[in-house]
Amino acid sequence: MNRASSILRHRENLAAWTMVAPALLVTMVFALYPVLDSLWLSLHNIYIGLPQLGSPFVGLDNYVALLRDPVAQQALAVTLAFVVLSTLLELACGLIIALVIHERFRGRGLVRAAILIPWAIPTVVASQLWRYIFNDQYGFANLLLFGEQVTDYIPWLAYPSVAFGIVVLADVWKTSSFAALLVLAGLQVIPDDLYDAARVDGATARQRFWHITLPLLKPALLLALLFRTMDAFRVFDLVFVMTQGGPGDATQVLQFYGYQTLFTEGRIGYGSAVSVAVFLIILALSLTYLRAIGSSLLERRRT
Amino acid sequence: MNRRLLLALGILATVGLSLLPFLWFVLTSFKSQGEIEAAPPAWWPSGSLGFYRSALFDHHLFDYMLNSVVVAGATTLLALLLAIPAAYALARLTIPGKQGILAVLLCVSMFPQMAIAGPVWRLLDTIGGLNHRWGVVLPYVALTLPLAIWILASFFKELPPELEDAARVDGCGPWATLFRITLPLATPGIFTAAILILIYAWNEFFFALLILTQPEQQTLPVGIALFQGEFTMPWGELAAASVVATLPLIVVVLLCQRWIVSGLSAGAVKG
Repeated sequence: MNRASSILRHRENLAAWTMVAPALLVTMVFALYPVLDSLWLSLHNIYIGLPQLGSPFVGLDNYVALLRDPVAQQALAVTLAFVVLSTLLELACGLIIALVIHERFRGRGLVRAAILIPWAIPTVVASQLWRYIFNDQYGFANLLLFGEQVTDYIPWLAYPSVAFGIVVLADVWKTSSFAALLVLAGLQVIPDDLYDAARVDGATARQRFWHITLPLLKPALLLALLFRTMDAFRVFDLVFVMTQGGPGDATQVLQFYGYQTLFTEGRIGYGSAVSVAVFLIILALSLTYLRAIGSSLLERRRT
Repeated sequence: MNRRLLLALGILATVGLSLLPFLWFVLTSFKSQGEIEAAPPAWWPSGSLGFYRSALFDHHLFDYMLNSVVVAGATTLLALLLAIPAAYALARLTIPGKQGILAVLLCVSMFPQMAIAGPVWRLLDTIGGLNHRWGVVLPYVALTLPLAIWILASFFKELPPELEDAARVDGCGPWATLFRITLPLATPGIFTAAILILIYAWNEFFFALLILTQPEQQTLPVGIALFQGEFTMPWGELAAASVVATLPLIVVVLLCQRWIVSGLSAGAVKG
């Protein structure tokens, strides 16, 4: 390598770094450092409003307390139920929507725009909307079911399991279209001649779906599952607006519990431990999924 | 025939279920207080604009709109400004530790907001960003950068490299090549990233709730979540504010449906 080209190479490396550095800096200051700081804070006892107590280092005490905290255990159970129920329903609805918008028909662009609207609506608006639909006096659900018989109107959100179901419903309504788009991308790469060959061999529509479409959609479905699971674990807006964790603790999810301990009660150390725990659960889950996706991609390549 | 009937039913069901719930809010926003509170509530509105007027003048709706426009606009501009060069360098240039950078970005996009909420709040407290619109813009930029870089890098990679190689032979440095050759070719990718950042910043609630505590700085999602009346829940005004907050998004979705679809699947499938 001569001198001129080595200088050029050097200048290019420098340019590459100046291109990446500002973005990396912002990410580090406002995302990476805060996560590490959360980890650090979770090893201390800090109470907002009680500065005279200082911030003593307590090691893993907050995590030990978290494991024994019945409210946290309940919140974990509610979160897991929410994650499983909502992601499964979203995947099922997403698959149906994707199959519909994959077909060719007139006005398909408009239909695609229509199903994107729930996804684009602010979650806060969607939350208020469903809260209003299930309002005991003015809601659409009661009007539709009971009409004139006002005395039969049901206070839906006052029942723990019904309220939980309504939060799930709102989430499914809001995010099924996102799952549908991921599944659609998977549908579009299935070659048509596979279906033609199956038709020649006399396979029925149902057989084609179960033996061609579904197996080949597996990577796309897993990917949708990954994204939806991670997002469902982070559920906060819906609960904040619709139920505030109630009635009782029927919709008390981990993120909302973390918010309450951190910002309502000002228990910085313990609240940070809750946040870090949620972070670790999500990290473990996504690594598991990514491995599954990786191996399913390999499988496909081999066949 | 059977298949076409099934398809028609499917289209009807998906479109109906997607649009009808929100229609109830739209109808409510044009009702009068009497029509909302009647037992049973009225199906159809008489077409009053009273709730829009009252939301605008008695419930800070105008402030919320202005703040949302400023916050979403600033977030989009800043995030693009940082993401475009970063994505270009990651897609085209040799950087030591490239895989590490990509892994960090992927990791950041999975963070639950709660895991960074406390420290971000303390950081903004230190630098005086609490109760300022720029105080939410900074975390928004940090949290939208990974997706923006991912989408842009995948667009840059698909552009033919010959033009850039030719520019380099003619003595263009990386910055000049990016601005003169690559950017004009990558407008669809930039547009896609811009729309997704814009929608994120317009809709974000959690950080805005923590950082902005006065109606004068709050954005639409915070305003709508904390909507309250003096004695009863003002559903009519809330419906009107919700329609106002959602209308720009409906316009964006109608105009940009194609880019959103490609952007979401690019960010996900290649990610």
